[in-house]
Amino acid sequence: MTDNLLILPVIIQLVIAVISLFFWSRTNYQRLSSIVGNVIFLAVSFILFFYVKENGIMVSQGGNWPAPFGITFVLDLFSASMLVITGLSGLAVSIFTAGSMSRRRALFVFFPIYHFLLLGISGSFIAGDLFNLYVWFELIIIASFGLITLGGGRRQLEGALKYVTLNLVASTLFLTSIAFVYGLTGSLNLADLAVKIPEVENQDLVSIAALLFFVGLGIKTAVFPMYFWLPASYHTPMSAISAIFGGLLTKVGVYALIRVFSLFFLPDSYIGTVISAIAALTLIMGAMGAFIQKDVRKVFSWLIVCHIGFMIAGLGIFSTVALAGAVLYLFHDIIIKTNIFMVSGLLYRINGAHTFKFIGGLYEHYPKLSFLIAIPLFSLIGIPPLSGFWPKILLIEGGIQGFDYFIVAAILLGSFVTLVTIGKLWVTAVWSEQKQVKYVKHFIHFKQLSKAQRIAYVFPIAFLSVVSLFFGFGAFWMLDIANRIAEELINPELYIQSILQFQ
Amino acid sequence: METVLAILTGFMYAAGIYLILRRSLVKLIVGLIILGNGSNLLIFLLGGITRGNPPVIGENESMLTGIYADPLPQALILTAIVISFGLQAFAMVLLQREYVQGGVEDFDSIKEEEEAL
Repeated sequence: MTDNLLILPVIIQLVIAVISLFFWSRTNYQRLSSIVGNVIFLAVSFILFFYVKENGIMVSQGGNWPAPFGITFVLDLFSASMLVITGLSGLAVSIFTAGSMSRRRALFVFFPIYHFLLLGISGSFIAGDLFNLYVWFELIIIASFGLITLGGGRRQLEGALKYVTLNLVASTLFLTSIAFVYGLTGSLNLADLAVKIPEVENQDLVSIAALLFFVGLGIKTAVFPMYFWLPASYHTPMSAISAIFGGLLTKVGVYALIRVFSLFFLPDSYIGTVISAIAALTLIMGAMGAFIQKDVRKVFSWLIVCHIGFMIAGLGIFSTVALAGAVLYLFHDIIIKTNIFMVSGLLYRINGAHTFKFIGGLYEHYPKLSFLIAIPLFSLIGIPPLSGFWPKILLIEGGIQGFDYFIVAAILLGSFVTLVTIGKLWVTAVWSEQKQVKYVKHFIHFKQLSKAQRIAYVFPIAFLSVVSLFFGFGAFWMLDIANRIAEELINPELYIQSILQFQ
Repeated sequence: METVLAILTGFMYAAGIYLILRRSLVKLIVGLIILGNGSNLLIFLLGGITRGNPPVIGENESMLTGIYADPLPQALILTAIVISFGLQAFAMVLLQREYVQGGVEDFDSIKEEEEAL
């Protein structure tokens, strides 16, 4: 297999997006091409993943220009596994929207924009160049702007306004940081920077660039002082879109942070402390926000903020154990956040509302569905054999080894408040009595859907639940992967060598 | 020249951030544009400014000799300009829709509609 094939996932998404554009008004073809395309994407990602796992890093140099001069695409084990996870969530959301989205909504070209979004996401995983990463990020945000305003309801526009403004500011800061890095080193290739940044004389300027980078990506990732846009906008679009946003968008930021801060902006004592403190505060503030909300999707939005803290904490502690925990949590979080937003869509279809006051009676009327949604909800908390448990153990172990007791306390508090919040949600939605269904305009109840549509609602949730059950019960295998990734992140010599190819 | 550009860049960042912090939606978009252009100027500045030495290999030479202008920042800026142009166009249309639907042009009067609790 030639290394240039690592670009295939990006090309597949591009082809699906273009094909769907040809079927502008025939939404059924769009639905079909979306599902089939994402199955192919997932299969290709799996092949690439196992290839990388066996044979090591794949590198493709654009136009065959040697590394620091051309555009480099890299696929190491970390990015390959991110592609697989993206494929899994992407496929689930494809099936969910193909079944649940009305023709009226799908006519707003949902499917092409969705695949452009996945194109940007998979592109940012294979980028081996800081500016290239920026371009992929811009592709992601322009597609996400399209999705968040889709349909154009008043509340959605207001949510979008905050989202768009903050993302534009974040991109500018990201670009500013890139300008600093280029000015200091004259290079933008990630591997080349790993060689050149330690040689820069003025290390204070490097710290400034690192912090600008952290702020720019931190806004996109929704870490402590910069997270306000997320709970203000993520509950406005339709559930399928919230699912892909909650699952993937903030996590791409986490991926980029882990990649860059483990490769060249190494967290020294100052930056490490800043990152750790921000992680702890993110955990605490997100947990408090989730605790007081009375709306399913707002609770989940705040929990996204809270759980970002776990991954940033792993980066702040910066040891092999903690990074393995952060990476494992990243995998678990993408799957589970996608899943719970689809669960919120299902609850809406059954209750006609998102607020706690109007939901209830799931166990009474749909006992099997309650068992199904128990899997994602309890995995989210991290109840022992389920998937959220293992990464937290690693993070706590890393925190204790690194004497970061404040972080350990914040992690425990974050987990505990998640438990309380989800417990409250569980009691309200599942165990309490059925409330009056709120029929609004265009609302179709779950019972009125055709059988195929009902399957399209339940199947993706079941699919992702099986994936997270695998993460939980196949933890040994997953730990193996995560440990290998963490080793590669801490000792990036192999990564640098295979890109620059000296000797 | 560097000093002038550095001061100008700082001024553009300051003006952009100041306008973003205002309540008016129109000033917001103007602020975003100025901020974006400020960062483009910053890339240009930090790439190193060389006057009158284009990176062109002379007729009887096989490689560049002496000081020459770095072409890469200009490629970066060109990309950044195109991208920010698209994003700003989107933001403008969004603000226009918001103004048409909400009828207000002031951030403080946009309140999130609470669902009936």
